[in-house]
Amino acid sequence: MDAAGSVTSRPPSPLMVQAELTYSCPLQCPYCYNGVDFAFHRDDLTTEQWLDALRQARALGAVQLGFTGGEPMLRPDLETLVREGRQLGYCITLLTSGMLMTEKRLQALKEAGLDGVQVAFPSSSPAECNFMSGTASFEQKRETARLVKGYGLSLVLNFVVYRDNIDKTEQMLELATELQADYVEFANCQFHGWGFLNRDRLMPTLEQLTRSEALVNRFREQHQGRMRVFYVIPDYYAGRPKPCLGGWGTILLAIGPDGAATPCPGARGMPGVELPNVRESSLETIWYDSPVFNKFRGFEWMKEPCRSCEEKTKDFGGCRCQAYLLTGDPANADPTCSLSPHHGLVEAARAGSQTSACARPYIFRNVKNSRRLCAD
Amino acid sequence: MQLDEDRVVEMGPGFRLQWEPAQQRYVLLYTEGMVRLNRSAGEILKRCDGSRTATEITLEVKSAFGHTDVEQDTRNFMEDAYGRGWIRYKPTT
Repeated sequence: MDAAGSVTSRPPSPLMVQAELTYSCPLQCPYCYNGVDFAFHRDDLTTEQWLDALRQARALGAVQLGFTGGEPMLRPDLETLVREGRQLGYCITLLTSGMLMTEKRLQALKEAGLDGVQVAFPSSSPAECNFMSGTASFEQKRETARLVKGYGLSLVLNFVVYRDNIDKTEQMLELATELQADYVEFANCQFHGWGFLNRDRLMPTLEQLTRSEALVNRFREQHQGRMRVFYVIPDYYAGRPKPCLGGWGTILLAIGPDGAATPCPGARGMPGVELPNVRESSLETIWYDSPVFNKFRGFEWMKEPCRSCEEKTKDFGGCRCQAYLLTGDPANADPTCSLSPHHGLVEAARAGSQTSACARPYIFRNVKNSRRLCAD
Repeated sequence: MQLDEDRVVEMGPGFRLQWEPAQQRYVLLYTEGMVRLNRSAGEILKRCDGSRTATEITLEVKSAFGHTDVEQDTRNFMEDAYGRGWIRYKPTT
C-alpha cells in the first residue's frame, strides 16, 4: 500500500519452479549450462527443506514444477518430493539423463503423481550420443523413453543441437517419431556454463542452421496435432535476443541444490549479486523483496539502446546472464541483438565457427575439469 | 475437427484442469505448459469429466449463462479443444 492507500503494482506471481536437486550427474555433456565450478558446490538442502520450499512456492501461485540438476534421480527422496508436489497441485516434470531409470522407480514416481519426463538426447546417433555424454548412454536413454511411454506419462525428448549433430536433424526427428514423443524440444545449443567454454566447438554455421530449420518446419507441419515441436532459437544468429523467460523475475523461480534462489540458474555466477537462500528467507520475501529478483524487473534498469527501443516490451533486452557473460555487465543489452554496441562479439564468435579454432577438443563437464578450471 | 456431440467426453491424456486460487481462474495444466482459461472455457471444461455428452454440456452451459448465443461458442470451443487433444471421447470399455 502506498501513502494514498491504493495497492501499488506488485510483480506477478511465479508460475514455474525449477528445482535443481543436485549438480552431480553420471554424464559429462560439454554443452551443459551448469556452472563450471559445480564441483566446489557443498551443502545440499534436506528433504524437509525442499518440501517447505515447494509448499511456499505453491502458495505464491507457482503451478509448474521441474525437477532437474545435474541428475535429479540421484536424490533418493525424489519420490517423496514428487508426492508432496502433486498433492500441492503442481504439474510435475522430471528432467533426466535417463541413466538411473528403472521400471520399479518409474512405477513409484508415477504412483507418487509425476506428470511427465523429459529425456535429453545428445544425438540420434548411438556413437555420438555415447561420445558426447562420456559414457555408453544411448541404449539406456532409449529404454527410459520407452518405459515413460509404456507407463502413460508425457514424454518430452530434448535434443541439444550443435555443429556436429545438426546435420542429423532428420534422424533426430525420426527418433522422436519412433519413441512416440508427446513433445520435442529442438534446442539449438545455448552458450552458458560449460556450453560457453565449448562455444567455438559447438557453434553451427548459418548454412547448417538454415537447412535444419527448414526440416524442423516441414516436420512440424506433417505432425501437427500429434507431436508438438518447440524450436529453441539459435540466438547468436537470430539478430534479436530471446525474450528470456518472459522477463527477469516474471515467471521462473529457480532454486539450486544449496537453496540459493535465482530468477534464472545462469544468474548464479553474476558479480555484485547476493543470492537469497530458502534456508534464511521466506520465498515470498525472496520473490517480491530481494534485491536480485528486483534488479532487472520492468524497464527502469535498462541502458541504451534498450531503454528507448520499441522492442523492449517484446524481448525485455534479452538474457541478463548472456549480457554479463559476454560484456561483463548484466545491465547491457544482450549482445546477440544486432543493435547492441557489443554485437561484434557475437559476430566474431560466429566467424570463429568457420576457422580452425573450432577444431579444438571438447572440455567435458566432469569433476576433474571443474576442479582444474576453478582451482584458484 | 468434427466432434460427435452424442458421445461422452473427458479430459485428454496429459491434460489436467485445475482451479487456481492465486489466479482466481481455471487453468489447463500439461507438461511443458499451462493455458489460462476464461470463465466460459472453465465452465465448459469442468463438465468434460466423463459423465456428459457434448450436447449435454452445451445445454448445461447455456442454462448456466442464461442466454442462447453461448450455444455456438460452446460447440466451437469444444471442437477446438478436441482438435488440440484437451478433451477426448471417453473410451467405451
